[in-house]
Amino acid sequence: MAEGYVRKDGRKNDELRSPIKADVGVVPNADGSAMFQIGKTIAIAAVYGPKKMHPQHSQDPEKGTLRCTYNMNSFSVEDRIRPGPSRRSTEISKITEWALNPVVMLEKYPNEVVDVHINIIQADAGTRCAGINAAAMALADAGIPMKELVSSISVGKMDKTLVLDLDKFEDSEFEDGEGSTDIPITFTHSGEITHIQLDGKISSEQLKEVVEMAKGACDKIYEIQKEALKKSLMAGEGEK
Amino acid sequence: MSERKIVIPGEVIVSGSEYLPGEWTEKKGEEIIANRFGLAEEQDRLVKIIPISGAYQPRRGNVVIGEVVNMLSNGWFLDIDTPENAFLSLSEVPRYVNRGELNEVMDMHEIVVAKIFNIGKRGIDMTIRGHGLGKIEGGMIIKVNSNKVPRIIGKEGSMINLIKENTNCNITVGQNGIIWIKGDKVEDELHAKRAIEFITENFFKEGLTEKVKEWFGGNKE
Repeated sequence: MAEGYVRKDGRKNDELRSPIKADVGVVPNADGSAMFQIGKTIAIAAVYGPKKMHPQHSQDPEKGTLRCTYNMNSFSVEDRIRPGPSRRSTEISKITEWALNPVVMLEKYPNEVVDVHINIIQADAGTRCAGINAAAMALADAGIPMKELVSSISVGKMDKTLVLDLDKFEDSEFEDGEGSTDIPITFTHSGEITHIQLDGKISSEQLKEVVEMAKGACDKIYEIQKEALKKSLMAGEGEK
Repeated sequence: MSERKIVIPGEVIVSGSEYLPGEWTEKKGEEIIANRFGLAEEQDRLVKIIPISGAYQPRRGNVVIGEVVNMLSNGWFLDIDTPENAFLSLSEVPRYVNRGELNEVMDMHEIVVAKIFNIGKRGIDMTIRGHGLGKIEGGMIIKVNSNKVPRIIGKEGSMINLIKENTNCNITVGQNGIIWIKGDKVEDELHAKRAIEFITENFFKEGLTEKVKEWFGGNKE
């Protein structure tokens, strides 16, 4: 793909942003926590519970509930964003819940809830994916039974060219030709999709290509998540 | 698989038809898969995971250490590091208490060793009837992750007795990870505290009791 869109930061079309960093146990007061950074985007996830669900009418007597809260800090972007819940953050909270629900096993915790708080402390596109990556590690760290980990990445279509892991410019400022479309995808390690979003137009052939690209990238992210989790124990971790 | 190893959810621990899935693991075809973050261990072909992180899950019969955080006319609320309230009823105190004089038995922010005798719909019920239970004074309190408590106690109390002998301290380990160290001298207490920290930092190693013995050899006071 010599012609078409050329990336401003000199990355290849299938190259992730760097640095990619992950750290586990960053919030001492939480039952489990993790940080995930990709490029300039940083997400921190903290897990609390399982604990009794309140109010009582939201309890599920069959299995535990996963409750995610996504929040962008007011200082996370260049122009301060209004703090507090918004339409966007409520939606992403729900999306995160759906992305994680297939892997957590809360059957043993009826009437209980696991709270996941995701805070974006620095945003440069791809925040929901960073949030999901951090949340997966934080849930594991909190000792929540899980089938496996999930990893998330966004793929974008810039005009007609497919690129991996959009940055702020590619996500919201690029307007040439067909403009930009971004497709966040979450994979389990075994290769199943737990979440895919698409706002825009793409041909079904290209969508297949998108899924392939995302799979390759998620394998890389999985290795980073795995390493971070293992490292958190070996390095004589601080008390929690 | 000979050694213990850290596994993450979804990781294949071992593969082979001779292995059986134990706690926190499942069998998929020939492979034993981890369902939890922790230490994988194999014993007589049974593969299980020892949890090492996460919140304290209260169980009936657990002896825990907590702080008095609220008082009513009929008992005390204790903070035992659980999301639910832990209530110590006046009727569970093995002595006569005058009405309205609860603070003479236990006052706000005092520390209590208590036992969970029921986990009901309304919360956790505590008791201080029993040996070694009741208000504690003096010494120091440290906190560790509750999943590491079994390592601190050791097989049949071997580890905790080792620390007690080497530091001349009295140590009470709550199942919720709160530990009370009481010795004659502060130096002894600090010594015991460092020993416990050594255990929590090296909990994943095998033959830990021997390593702690060595540690005491090299760290006198």
